[in-house]
Amino acid sequence: MRALGLATVFCFGAILFYISFDFPGWGDENSPASRHVSPYYIEHTMDDTSVPNIVTAILADYRGYDTLFETAVIFSAGLACFFLLRIPERQAPPARFYRHLATGITFRIEKGGRLPEDTDEFERIDSVWVPYDVIIGMTCRLVVPFIQLFALYVIAHGHHSPGGGFQGGVIFGAAIILFAISNNLRRTLKRMSEKTSALLGSLGVLIYAGTGILCMVLGAGFLNYSALASLLGVDPVSARSHGILIVEIGVGIAVTAVMVWIYYNLSSAGRQDEGL
Amino acid sequence: MEALGSLIIAKYNYWAVIALLLIGLYAMITKKNLIKKIIGMNIFQTAIILFYVSIGSKKGATIPIITHGHGDASHAVHSVEYINPLPHVLMLTAIVVSVATLGVALALAMKVYSQYGTLEEDEIREKIMESEPV
Repeated sequence: MRALGLATVFCFGAILFYISFDFPGWGDENSPASRHVSPYYIEHTMDDTSVPNIVTAILADYRGYDTLFETAVIFSAGLACFFLLRIPERQAPPARFYRHLATGITFRIEKGGRLPEDTDEFERIDSVWVPYDVIIGMTCRLVVPFIQLFALYVIAHGHHSPGGGFQGGVIFGAAIILFAISNNLRRTLKRMSEKTSALLGSLGVLIYAGTGILCMVLGAGFLNYSALASLLGVDPVSARSHGILIVEIGVGIAVTAVMVWIYYNLSSAGRQDEGL
Repeated sequence: MEALGSLIIAKYNYWAVIALLLIGLYAMITKKNLIKKIIGMNIFQTAIILFYVSIGSKKGATIPIITHGHGDASHAVHSVEYINPLPHVLMLTAIVVSVATLGVALALAMKVYSQYGTLEEDEIREKIMESEPV
């Protein structure tokens, strides 16, 4: 099996290596990839959309359909993780662990025992993760808001610098996941519940698709943002720029929510009780 | 000798991509462990992303963000001054989608593990044969 695989890989590699000599050289401005539509995008993006970042303009305007369905793919990946892993009715675990905050003593409470759920003196801890981690928890708590602020900057400033909905959304999701890793899953779920993340994920896709339908209602084609000009009170070219911002925000919300949702399900094997 | 040097400079990005592709493909074909297969798939995806980004480059061009787009300093834009933005757009979405598909792959692997208690392919096959004799 191993030899067969190695032979296949080598044949494949030899063919690819042979073909690579016919490819355009590295940095060739006359390569086929750079000749057909891409010069149009580069030269007309300022006149068409008034967005200096050509990547953002193509992503959300020229190729808006592609991005809409990529967002839908991400959302359905989140749904797939949910349906594969989520265990809805959980039986009570055999034992739970609580830490007395004042003394740092850990208690193990067997099934059927009285749980100190609503008191401030006890904190529930995961059965596999017992160390008392003040420094990590505190540092991450300080860092997380700044990461989130940076994520919002990346989304909002995607028109003028590298950035946009996908990158900003992933950074925002990473900040929440960092909080979940450094503290624990239950505390994160209290701040951003599973329901919230599911609703936000669908809201993001809805914002994107809804913007497209709004353009249709206003009399232009699907995702033709220049139709929003009358609604926003600006000229059609600026309306495209604003439309791009709206759908980027939708993408950012969807990506954030789906990343967090996938993390919730993967880290707790669908139980959403004890995480990493 | 000089011709060889320029040939290497013109094509080495493809060779790096091919090497990564082959590593990923080899892992997907021969490794028995499902997690290693998923890692191989991710290396394969990374190779594709690198391939797309590398064909977008142009000599002497800068990143595809128009400088002085607004205001008095605005000027005509020539496509040779900026690298090809199209592969960047396609790969931007592909990266995030690859993360999402990685999540689905890991979820499936978790399901397989909870069903069979192992991630080794041949052991899983043995367990399937034991449970349903053909």
